[in-house]
Amino acid sequence: MKKTVFFGALAVAGLAAGVAAAGTLDDVKARGKLNCGVTTGLVGFAAPDANGEWNGFDVSVCRAVAAAVLGDSAAVEFVPTTGKTRFTALASGEIDMLARNTTWTFSRDVDLKFTFVGVNYYDGQGFLVPKDLGVSSAKDLDGATICIQTGTTTELNLADYFRSNNISYEPVPIETNSEAQQQYLAGACDVFTTDASGLAATRATFENPGDHVLLPEIISKEPLGPLVRHGDNEWGDVVRWTLNALISAEEMGISSANIAELSAGTNNPEVNRILGTEGTLGEMLGLDAGWAKNAIAAGGNYGEIFAKNIGEDTPIGLARGLNAQWTNGGLIYSPPFR
Amino acid sequence: MTTLTDPPKESFRLGMLIYDTRYRSMTIQIIALIGFLLLLGWLFNNTAQNLQELGKEPSFRFLGEPAGYDINQRLLDYNSQSTHMRAAFIGLLNTLVVAVLGCITATILGVTIGVLRLSNNWVVSKIMTIYVETFRNVPVLLWIVFAMAVMIETLPAPRAFKGEDPTATMKLYDTVAVTNRGVYIPEPLFSRSLGDVHFLGTSSFRFDVSMDLVLLMAVFFAGLYVSIRIKKNANHVQETTGNRPRTWHLRLAVIAVPLIIVLAALGFHLGYPELKGFNFRGGIHMRNSLIALWLALSLYTAAFIAENVRAGIMAVSHGQTEAAAALGLRPNRTMSLVVLPQALRVIIPPLISQYLNLTKNSSLAIAVGYMDITGTLMGITLNQTGRELEAVMLTMMIYLAISLSISMVMNWYNERVKLEER
Ligand SMILES: N[C@@H](CCC(=O)N[C@@H](CS)C(=O)NCC(=O)O)C(=O)O
Repeated sequence: MKKTVFFGALAVAGLAAGVAAAGTLDDVKARGKLNCGVTTGLVGFAAPDANGEWNGFDVSVCRAVAAAVLGDSAAVEFVPTTGKTRFTALASGEIDMLARNTTWTFSRDVDLKFTFVGVNYYDGQGFLVPKDLGVSSAKDLDGATICIQTGTTTELNLADYFRSNNISYEPVPIETNSEAQQQYLAGACDVFTTDASGLAATRATFENPGDHVLLPEIISKEPLGPLVRHGDNEWGDVVRWTLNALISAEEMGISSANIAELSAGTNNPEVNRILGTEGTLGEMLGLDAGWAKNAIAAGGNYGEIFAKNIGEDTPIGLARGLNAQWTNGGLIYSPPFR
Repeated sequence: MTTLTDPPKESFRLGMLIYDTRYRSMTIQIIALIGFLLLLGWLFNNTAQNLQELGKEPSFRFLGEPAGYDINQRLLDYNSQSTHMRAAFIGLLNTLVVAVLGCITATILGVTIGVLRLSNNWVVSKIMTIYVETFRNVPVLLWIVFAMAVMIETLPAPRAFKGEDPTATMKLYDTVAVTNRGVYIPEPLFSRSLGDVHFLGTSSFRFDVSMDLVLLMAVFFAGLYVSIRIKKNANHVQETTGNRPRTWHLRLAVIAVPLIIVLAALGFHLGYPELKGFNFRGGIHMRNSLIALWLALSLYTAAFIAENVRAGIMAVSHGQTEAAAALGLRPNRTMSLVVLPQALRVIIPPLISQYLNLTKNSSLAIAVGYMDITGTLMGITLNQTGRELEAVMLTMMIYLAISLSISMVMNWYNERVKLEER
């Protein structure tokens, strides 16, 4: 008899587990808040300002999704994650999506079971060194002590690069960007390596950014983008098309300045479809018609977000480069809204 | 006339399971057991179900795949092409290194502080009280991070040793370099080395044993054995004649002379660290992460051990000390011959827990980037492979095994020093 009770309970538990894994979109709507995983602090990409308000390039993606789903770009709970904790946080459902300078790789997609919904920054791994070290190429780094963040593609690329060039190094594994910065500035490591965008963002916070240089070598491809769990395609679609809406908005010339005016209706059918005055795209996603309009209104289009957080007029000073619209010779390209 | 009636025969009713004290405890236990099994089943089932939904069936095959990352402190050969299993093994050795170093230092410090805290000298005992209270009342994680921060911020970088007019110099006649990346000390080298013997082929647990070390150990223990024989002999002479022969120079010689001869035969010399390029090369590099972790764990645990030692000593009745004094023993000898041996019985059981605590606390290594088993298997490996459940379970089992081994050894020792009761 004990046995039957036991198995009965197992069946009930199984049902309970099944129910718990319902759609993320419904969960977010019911909760009224989006749980978004970000960095522990990388100025320009995701960092709280003096008032505790999160800002940055990745944060803007979270805010756009919250605006699209909940109509309120402030309805986001930002969850700081380290390179190591981010995937567990996403897989366990602690966060609904992750926007944390995360590289789209085969194994993260196929083996770790995450869906990358797109790329919001095309990057590559670089090296930051103090100028007075007198190093001009990464090939001169034989025997150097290098700070790396653990749990990243960075540490794997680094091992490969030094092995294939037959030179040695001493890795200093570090949890967060701020610890790396502390060790690097104190000279406990000669070199700091991570995504070149992250290096630029880190260097901008130094007292004398001019004393540090990026070496010319970019040793990897790092397409960074937001990601969600495998197995919930409806939710994946919401995040994917929110990102695409931001990108298309730049291409179509929809900006935070003219969005109110354009929402009254234009003679460009695609603009109308995005802004919800034509067609039923929002309904297909399970959102209301103004979803993309809200997302774009939250922080502007892709270009505006880029310029405001990491662009050439900010201390970080990144050029658009690969991240220009395809129409300007870059790789940023959204599929059509139709 | 009396009629005999049978005592009313009790029939079993269900309610008796609860109201009858004969059955009640049994009922409660069975219900609790069922509840526990249900909970366990639910946990297992839920985990399995969720993993399946994610498409991640538990599997340990990832342990055989190349790890892909480098580890700075490695006692055995390892590179980024080695397997995850090998990385875990290297991490395990690093855990053991810091645990063993930490336990030894903590014991020495703890015993000294515990004894000094009972000193009649007011200043000394107050200083020890302050030590104990500061160290045990601040979380060990803070001590670890603090030790690391102090090293990184206050010690010179290798760069400072460079140039015409360096701002930092090596210590102890240019043999030791103290930098914010760690301390470089001379290493023992043998110019006529006997080489290494390799074990376990190409498996993940392969290791080499230095024949020089084996020989030196053999010579040392042989010397120790002879030395103990000499002592026994001296005891015997003392018991029969009443005079104790002076033997310490002989006992020292039988250990030291053969060792020196073997060292000379092997061509023993020291390799000194030297600044080359970005870093010091040669010598033994004790990384800042190891030193910070080792120091913080030892200082922290020593505070607890000191309290155990103090409690143990106070548990020995004062009459013992007075009796020893009456026999003419000096205070030092009273402590080492009369009080401590008895106190040990009280000290050892809590000491076991302190060793276990220290070993488990060493998993905080990741805070300073020390690559122990938590940093490798449960850190980078878990993260790069996404095998949370498997990695965490394996790590838990490894810590369990280490802890059980420590308790076993210590319990055996406890048996040995126990008072023989007749
Ligand atoms: N793109 C790499 C590296 C990501 C990464 O760790 N980036 C650093 C610097 S660009 C970061 O975001 N640090 C912020 C933090 O420490 O929270 C990956 O996905 O593995």
